Amino acid sequence: MSTEMKRRIFLKRSLAAGTVGIAAAAGLLAPQQILAAWNKAAFESKELSGALDALLGSSDMAASADITVKAPDIAENGAVVPVTIDAGMDGVESIAVIASNNPVPLVAHFIMGPGATGFVSTRIKMGKTGDIIGVVKAGGKLYSAKKEVKVTIGGCGG
Amino acid sequence: MAKSIKIRAKESGGITTVKALMSHPMETGGRKDSKTGKLIPAHFIQEVTCKHKGNTVMTAMWSGGISKNPYISFKFSGGAKGDELELAWKDNKGKSDSMSSTIK
Repeated sequence: MSTEMKRRIFLKRSLAAGTVGIAAAAGLLAPQQILAAWNKAAFESKELSGALDALLGSSDMAASADITVKAPDIAENGAVVPVTIDAGMDGVESIAVIASNNPVPLVAHFIMGPGATGFVSTRIKMGKTGDIIGVVKAGGKLYSAKKEVKVTIGGCGG
Repeated sequence: MAKSIKIRAKESGGITTVKALMSHPMETGGRKDSKTGKLIPAHFIQEVTCKHKGNTVMTAMWSGGISKNPYISFKFSGGAKGDELELAWKDNKGKSDSMSSTIK
């Protein structure tokens, strides 16, 4: 996908997000910052589908064998769970990391710029045993893969 | 503010792998202080951007679900040895920091 096409998609998205559109109209944000607006609704949603709807406009996703979610089978310490998501497909636009049983399921959303490959690695907190879901947006469609992680000590409260 | 970011970038076969560590408490806002029983206010990095020669190669939006002292790694193509790379973060209290490094 060309850079120009990506730009069109980004523009459409930013228009869809009302508050961001208003901020842009007021000239408060440079174009690059519009893309980088933090999605409050998505990150505060307690429901997985609600978070995905707010973040990506849809929660319909197809399971894909091209995505690898690498995480330990058993996490002794839920406060630090290493996660790597590797998407083998071309044209990855964004990768969302979800811990299904966390109080706030959406943990992170990585937006890939031109040239970035579908690979991210980070460390997340997990409140209790649950699935780590990697949702990859590529070519306007959502794909996902998941891995269950058993947590012995939760990392989200206390 | 002391520099809170460590960043390393290595180019190999056309792909640049970036690894970065930030020091930050990453409080979710849902945790209680064990002494006072009061909630510790949320304090976490919301946004991380990485720029290669002025172009944003990756933007990360985070919730408090990222571990304390966050680690991030990602890859991109188009980088060359010696190119400058800048990583910046911004948290929910409006604090920010940035760090530049060169690709090795």
